[in-house]
Amino acid sequence: MTQVPVDLHYTKSHEWLRKLKDGTVEIGITDHAQHELGDLVFVEVPEKGRVLAVGEACAVVESVKAASDVYCPLAGEVTAANTELATTPELVNQDAFGRGWLLRLRPAGSAAVALLSAAEYEELLLAEGS
Amino acid sequence: MAFIPHTEADVAEMLATIGVASIEQLFDEIPASLRVRTLAGVPAALNEMQIGRLMSARAHADGRPLCFIGAGAYEHHIPAAVWAVATRGEFYSAYTPYQAEASQGTLQLIYEYQTMMASLTGMEVANASLYDGASALAEACLMAVRANRKSKAQRVLVPRSVHPHYRKVASAAAGNQAVRFEELPYSGTEGRTLPAALARFDGQDITALVIQQPNFFGVLEDVDALTAWARERGIFVIGVVNPTSLALLKPPGQWDAGGVDIVVGEGQPLGVPLCSGGPYFGFMTTRMAHVRQMPGRVVGRTLDVSGREGFTLTLQAREQHIRRARATSNICTNQGLLVTAATIYMSLMGPQGLARVAAASHARTGELVAALTRVPGVRRVFATPYFHEAVIALDRPVAPVLQRLADRGILAGFDLTEHFPELGHALLVCATETKTSADIERYANALGDVMKAARAA
Repeated sequence: MTQVPVDLHYTKSHEWLRKLKDGTVEIGITDHAQHELGDLVFVEVPEKGRVLAVGEACAVVESVKAASDVYCPLAGEVTAANTELATTPELVNQDAFGRGWLLRLRPAGSAAVALLSAAEYEELLLAEGS
Repeated sequence: MAFIPHTEADVAEMLATIGVASIEQLFDEIPASLRVRTLAGVPAALNEMQIGRLMSARAHADGRPLCFIGAGAYEHHIPAAVWAVATRGEFYSAYTPYQAEASQGTLQLIYEYQTMMASLTGMEVANASLYDGASALAEACLMAVRANRKSKAQRVLVPRSVHPHYRKVASAAAGNQAVRFEELPYSGTEGRTLPAALARFDGQDITALVIQQPNFFGVLEDVDALTAWARERGIFVIGVVNPTSLALLKPPGQWDAGGVDIVVGEGQPLGVPLCSGGPYFGFMTTRMAHVRQMPGRVVGRTLDVSGREGFTLTLQAREQHIRRARATSNICTNQGLLVTAATIYMSLMGPQGLARVAAASHARTGELVAALTRVPGVRRVFATPYFHEAVIALDRPVAPVLQRLADRGILAGFDLTEHFPELGHALLVCATETKTSADIERYANALGDVMKAARAA
């Protein structure tokens, strides 16, 4: 069973969200997602200042066998991106909920995809058979 | 490896398995109105003897003209070993080897090809080739839009001195993907893009600048100044180059010291014969920083589980067969056979051999231009250094003169009237190492006769 920290929000497409004290939201992919992808060889993150719409592809995670888009669960402006991943994409594999974060966003408006609690996300994983 | 197509029994079995009565039924979703059932103008099949006769008659009709046309495709001597080796059964496939375990030789060859192209262009990484020079430029423009993340405008500056077919293909392929092309004028006296023509774009959001060296007129562009202007403004530079010329000219990886971002070109001069316009192959090289935005295949060298060296396709995760519509490009193959020939050609020539080809071609073109401009009514158009092509102007329309010369077995050059009407009666001529002084004299004498006859008429 992969880890699912209780203090985060999740999406059906396996992103996680963390509300930070400064009002921004940190976004990454879940431990389950990194496990499914396998060893990441490249991560492409958005530039700071980019304005993202709900559901827009905002990052690409690439393993030896696949490249997947990461979809932005909220609308907003990118305030920071994890540039460390350019040289060390394996941080996503090693620490998906921590040093493997992808981007931080200042939310604009209330539109968002349906967010799941940790319990709901765990149910989703069970239903998907993992 | 045998490639045996399925038998009728195989087909019947497969259809039964998927529960379809006939192959025809699989195409039901294509409306009848869109389907062409008979091909008008395509004759019935011929047997081998008949087709052999027809083809030799057609080949005979072409004659064996003396060719002074360049304009993007160049006649060079091809050592007999090139195609003798390239057409060996082990190499004889036009396509990308997907099965690394069955294709080490082909993969190693492509790896060597990539290394040679990266070295020739002065760049860090090459792909396994694209379809041709023109489509390679279209791919480079799309790649620049993806890779130059500072620019939002999707605007690409293309000098009018770039090959007109390349400009047309690039705007046809990339124009429909929201890339905007803007033309830069060339100097009427120098035949090249003046850095001053760039000034009006200062302060604007421009994604990339295309520089062809030598340009379509054979003229050498001021690549350092143009590259410097772009680099200072965060504009990507796409170099379009003739690979033969790079044996003598500064490679694009060193233009303005820092070099360009993407290099593309037509690979035909490297061992591919002039053959009804193709097939040819395009090449592309770039910096490692942009490698994930580069379209097409890349072969990498690695170690297997026992620590032995091996070759395999790499960086495939961005490609069409994995990423579908979100792939980097819809290019999902390479010109395997032509790349094989080019790699053998480059191996046989070596850097010094290629430099001798380039120097001889340049010298022959100088001789040609001198001989032709001694003919009354003929003058050189641009007084600017050139590689192995130059523009001359006649005192009368070009097409009838070319026809008279063709009647005498001389393909005397590329008529520029259609693509560059502003140049008047202009003709682009080329001589490579394949032309002798006697060939050049024959052309000049024939041109003298034809011009004289035309004046008298």
